[in-house]
Order: sequence, then C-alpha cells, then structure tokens
Amino acid sequence: MHSLILENVHIALEGSSLLGIDTAIAPGEVLTLMGPSGVGKSTLLAYIAGFLSPAFSASGRVRLGERDLTRLPAEARRVGLLFQDPLLFPHLGVGDNLAFGMIADGSRRERQQRVEAALEEIGLEGFAHRDPATLSGGQRSRVALMRVLLSKPKAMLLDEPFSKLDATLRDEMRQLVFERVRQESLPTLMVTHDAADAEAAGGRVIELND
Amino acid sequence: MPSSYALGVRLAPWLTITLLSLPVASGLAGVIAPAFGFLPALGGDSLTLTHWQALLDRPGLGRMVQLSYVTGLVSAGASLAIVMLFLGAFMHTRVFTAVRRLLSPLLAVPHAAAAIGLAFLLAPSGLLSRALSPGLTDWQHPPDILFPGDPFGLAMIAGLVLKEVPFLLLMSLAALPQCRASERLRMARALGYGPLSAFLKVVVPGLYPLLRLPVYAVIAFASSTVEVALILGPTTPPPLAVAVLRWLNDPDLSMRFMASAGALLQLGVTLAALATWWLIEVLVRRLTRRWLSNGRRHNGDAVLGGIAFGAVSLSLLLILGSLVGLMLWSLAAYWPFPEALPQPLTLRNWTRAAASMGDPLTQAAVIGIVATLLSLALVVGALEAETLHQRPTRPWAQLILYLPLLVPSVAFLFGLVLMQIQAGVPPGITAVIFGHAIFVLPYVFLSLGESYRRLDPRWAHLARSLGASPARVFWRVRLPMLSVPLMTAAAVGFAVSIGQYLPTLLLGAGRVSTITTEAVSLASGGDRRLTAVYALLQLAMPALGFALALGLPRLLFRRRSGLLTSV
Repeated sequence: MHSLILENVHIALEGSSLLGIDTAIAPGEVLTLMGPSGVGKSTLLAYIAGFLSPAFSASGRVRLGERDLTRLPAEARRVGLLFQDPLLFPHLGVGDNLAFGMIADGSRRERQQRVEAALEEIGLEGFAHRDPATLSGGQRSRVALMRVLLSKPKAMLLDEPFSKLDATLRDEMRQLVFERVRQESLPTLMVTHDAADAEAAGGRVIELND
Repeated sequence: MPSSYALGVRLAPWLTITLLSLPVASGLAGVIAPAFGFLPALGGDSLTLTHWQALLDRPGLGRMVQLSYVTGLVSAGASLAIVMLFLGAFMHTRVFTAVRRLLSPLLAVPHAAAAIGLAFLLAPSGLLSRALSPGLTDWQHPPDILFPGDPFGLAMIAGLVLKEVPFLLLMSLAALPQCRASERLRMARALGYGPLSAFLKVVVPGLYPLLRLPVYAVIAFASSTVEVALILGPTTPPPLAVAVLRWLNDPDLSMRFMASAGALLQLGVTLAALATWWLIEVLVRRLTRRWLSNGRRHNGDAVLGGIAFGAVSLSLLLILGSLVGLMLWSLAAYWPFPEALPQPLTLRNWTRAAASMGDPLTQAAVIGIVATLLSLALVVGALEAETLHQRPTRPWAQLILYLPLLVPSVAFLFGLVLMQIQAGVPPGITAVIFGHAIFVLPYVFLSLGESYRRLDPRWAHLARSLGASPARVFWRVRLPMLSVPLMTAAAVGFAVSIGQYLPTLLLGAGRVSTITTEAVSLASGGDRRLTAVYALLQLAMPALGFALALGLPRLLFRRRSGLLTSV
C-alpha cells in the first residue's frame, strides 16, 4: 500500500480561497480533519475523490504513492468513500449491493462465494437476498463498510461516518472501521465535527479555521 | 453501451431543443409567405394583401377574435383564482391531501373527453336537467336553451377551467417547496395572519413568478383551442381557431391562403391576450403593494375560504357528474327525456362500437407509445447531460420547453402542413408521431425534471468511487432508482398524446384516425351513445397507462421497499 499525498492543495470558491493543505497520510494512518461547517472539509473530500463541483477551482496534486490521481476520472482513482448515511442502493438486494463494487473477475459462483464470505464476516450470513430497507441501522452501516472494502480501495475517505448513529452503535462502528482500515493498511482521511471520533481514530488531527 | 451513452448525452440536449423549437419556428415561417400570397404549389407566386382583405371581409371576424381573446383571459383568470384560493384555504389540511391524490388522474383526462362529458351533463336534455325534471322544473321536453354552444362561450370557458385547474394545481405543487411556501406561511401565521391572508400576502408573491409560464400556457391554449371549442363553443361564429381549421380544410384549395392569414391572426390574438395578462400583472403588483404591508391580518378569510371550497367541490361534482353521464349514455338503449335513468341498460352500444374501434385504438396506442418513448429518451438524455456537467438550467431553456405550449398550435401546425406539401412528404403516422412528440416532450420534462435533479448526488459519487463508469452509474444506479418517476412521466406523456387532436388531424391529413379524432367528430354528430363510448375509451387509455405506471414498479421491485418510498 502507498501513502495518500496531498501536495499543495488549494481550493477556492469563485476566486476567494477556501482551504489549503499539504500533507501525506501513511498506509494504515487515520488523519482527522476538524473544523466548523462551511470551511470546505467535504469539498476537500470531493476534490480527492474526483467530484469537485465546477463552481470551485483547485490547484495542487493528489497522489497515491507515485500514481497521480489529479486528472483521473473518479472511477479510476480507487478511493473508497463512506458517508454519514449508509446509502445502500434501494433497488438492489444486500448481496448485489456488495457485488456492485467488486471487480468483474471470476465466475458468478466465485463472486457469490465472496459475497457470502463478506456477509459472514460482518455477522450477516444468509442476508444476500434481503431488501436493504429491512435491515437495522447498524446492519446497514456494516454492509456499507463491507461494500467499500470489497471494491479494494487504495485509500479511504470518511465523511462524518458516525454522526447519524446512536451512542452504542457509534462506538461499535468506530472500532470496526478503524480496525479494518488498519488491517488493510489504507491511508484514511476522516472529516468530522465530533472530537470523540478524532480521539478514537488516535492519529493526527488537523484543525481547519475560517 | 458506454459509447451509445456518451453519444446520447452529447446529442440529447440539442435534439431536445431542435424538436421543441424547429417545428414551431419553421411552422410559423411556413404560414407567413402563404398569408401574403406566396405558395407556388398552389399557384401563388406574387406577394399580395388580397388574402388579408378577404379575411377582414369575413362576416363575424370581429366576434371570432373577441371570443378567442376573452376565452383565453377569462378561463386563465378563473382557473388561477380557484387554484390560489384553494391552496390558501386548504394547504396543510386533509382536504388538500385528498385532492392531491386525484390530481394526476384528473390531469390525464383528455380535453375532448372532459368537454364531451360536460356537454352531456349540462345540455338541456343532459343528465342534470333529467335528474331535476319533471319534479323540480316541470319540464316535459328539453328546454330551448342554447347550451353548450352559447354565444358567449360560457360552456367552453367552463370546460377549459375544469381542465386547467388540475394543471395549475399540479404546477403549484412543484413550485410550492421551491419558494419555501410552508416556512413563509408558518411565519405569517405566527405573526397572527389568518390562513388565507397569510397565503395571499406572503406566499403568492413568491409563488406566482414560478407559475407564470404555466399560466401563459393556459392562456395560449384557451385562446386557440380547437377541440374544446368544437364540442362546447358557439358555432355562428365560432372562435377564430375553429374558423381557421375550417378554412384550411376547405375543399377549395385557394382558401388556404386566407387560412394562413387567419393562422397569423390567431397568433396575434394569443399574443394580445398574453400582453393583456402581462399588463394586468403589472397593475395588480402596483395596486397591491400597499395592501401587502397594511398589517390587516384577516381579509374575509372565512368567506373566501368558503368560495374556494365551493369552487373546488363544484369542479369535482361536475367531473363526477360528467363521468356518470358518459357511462349512462354508453349503456343506454331507449332514454326518453325526463327519465333520470335509461331503461333497459344494454351493452349494444359497446358491441356496435367494437366493430370500428380497433383501428383508432391501435393507432392511438402506437402513436402514444412511440411519441412517449421518443420524448422520454430525449428528456432523460438532456437531464443526464445536465447532471453530468453539473450545469444549472438556463432561463432560456425553460422558455424553449414552453415554446410549443405558448404558440397557438393551429398556427404553427398549419405551417408545417404547408411545408409538408411543398416538400412532397407524404402525410401519415410518422409525421403524426413527431407532431405528438412536440407536445408530449414538455410535459414529460416537467414531470421528470424535479425528481431527476433532486436525486442525491452522493449516490452517483458512491457508485463512481466503487469503480463504476458514468455510463454504468446511469444504467445501473440512476435509471433504476428513478423507475417510479420515470414510469409516471411516461404515463403523463402517453396521456398527453392520447388527448392530441389537432396534430393528428393536420399532420395525418385525415388519414390517421385515433380515438380522440373519432370522439371529436362523433361529438359534432348526433349519436350520443356512440360518442359516450368513444369518450370513455379516451378516458380508459390514459387510465390504463397510469395503472401500469403505478403497478409495474411495485411488481418489479416488490421486495425493494426502500425504492418505492424514499425516491
């Protein structure tokens, strides 16, 4: 795994500068980005993932090791995203949600087996044909995490991933997410309002100000 | 698939703009030259004003112009007033929720079917007069009143209002959240304003600008309607659009020069009605400036609320009565005047119609399906391009969307027919399908646009970050997630196509007959029983479309409840 490198990144909205950052995130490291709303935290994530709205302009480069992501289309960047909502596709079953992100190799049977194994890993064996709408909040969050991991990302972006969970679930999910990104050695950038998230991540914290 | 996707996204916006503007522009251009005498195909090769002279010399021309102009303004004014009062009195109430559910089916009723229903209800020998006679009225014979077809066009205006109220109400429903109506209303209520005063003073100033184009479309349609006028309007003289249609269908081909002049005059009348409305807008804004901030919190809320409730109930009763009337007549054998019900009931009218209705039904279905699919493909392509490039809609794009609804169709369709003849293109079903698509497309766009734009962009971001290309996101995420609004838009488009009269008649040159052209021509004959059958068939086709639109996603995604509720 390679580091996620943000090289002299500057983002501006209609000419006025919004934020600047220059850092490298090591494999397995979780870097936390904190700050009041409106400073452009989510905009930075959109820039890294490749969805910056044309209203913004950006300079600098995003690299994964030696690979320059800056000009790549979003689908080629291999940067995983987790939002505050699990966003399981409502028209697909739980298993197809997981399969959606998997690289199209192997036979149907092998893919099915990989989905089954992934479900087992998060304690949801036999859920492949379930309607995602029938899952509990915690189950959905776990499926969402597993879906990103199955797409074999090279880096992770977390956009306030725990803010909509209730207190007990939040601890559980924090543990699970941080454990998995370390296990897979993913350089991870987390945006949050919650100081407890930063504490649980246990890594560097960057405070953004207006 | 990816390459067809990229091509589609690139072309669809331009094809959409072309389909909306080219026929209108070239159609209008196509009537200008003949109006001044130039139409080589018919031997006109010099410019002259004689055809305008002939037009001006037509007896009753002033009356025709007046009828069209007044009908346009009065029916738009009445529809808008009913909608505003109703929203003001009933937003946030249970009545509102109930009416809201009836809207889409009501909107799907073709103009011609509504007009026929109303005629059968209110005519001197109609259902209403039968229900009251002889008990309340002492009538043993139908009274000698000219209605529908009264010289003032009241029946025609009533028919138009009945159809335009649901349209404006539906447009308002889309506009209300955009102008933050609920917040505005709560704020004013908290300041002590009565519900209706709060609505009129705080919401309407924000809502009306969003409704302006739909209202203009209503004025344009009402001032140039042909099918409603044929069924409910006066005959001597008729409104201008009907007269123009007669002239251009005249076996004497030289009448087409005067018909062209008439079509241009129709455009002028509609523009005049629109300009008048615009002046009224300015005037109302001026006059109400003080009133808006005079601090009076109750302006006869109870009385106006009562009027609103009365108007909406009356509209619903008229619709219901029309429907009952149509059903009874379609089942009637012998039904002498004062009898309230026909006896015995029979299916003979239906079996008699069955012999001849196959062709019009199939034609209507084929035209409707193809025109809808064509429009849907263009609209989805245009919306996808907009989403992909994250471009906000430009104001002129909205205007182009409304273009076919703002220009009187009799004017530009006739121009198209003349060009068709000039170019030697045979009239027939292909031309009719394109003609329908011009009118279907705006409604499909209006129906689908909000849902498409409101779909959370994070779905696409998520799918892209999972490695899906834009094409895959479109086919595998956006389309299935929007299946419910897509089906609804298709049903709306199909309903609009089924209701089209003039494009079928003109571009098909009488060779293409649909259920609607049959119903309109039957309505001017005397056979009420057969007319009722055709009017009901006209209702049944869009209803079937809506049933499919509601049912199919529920069947396909019956185990995907999140899809049916969240989007």
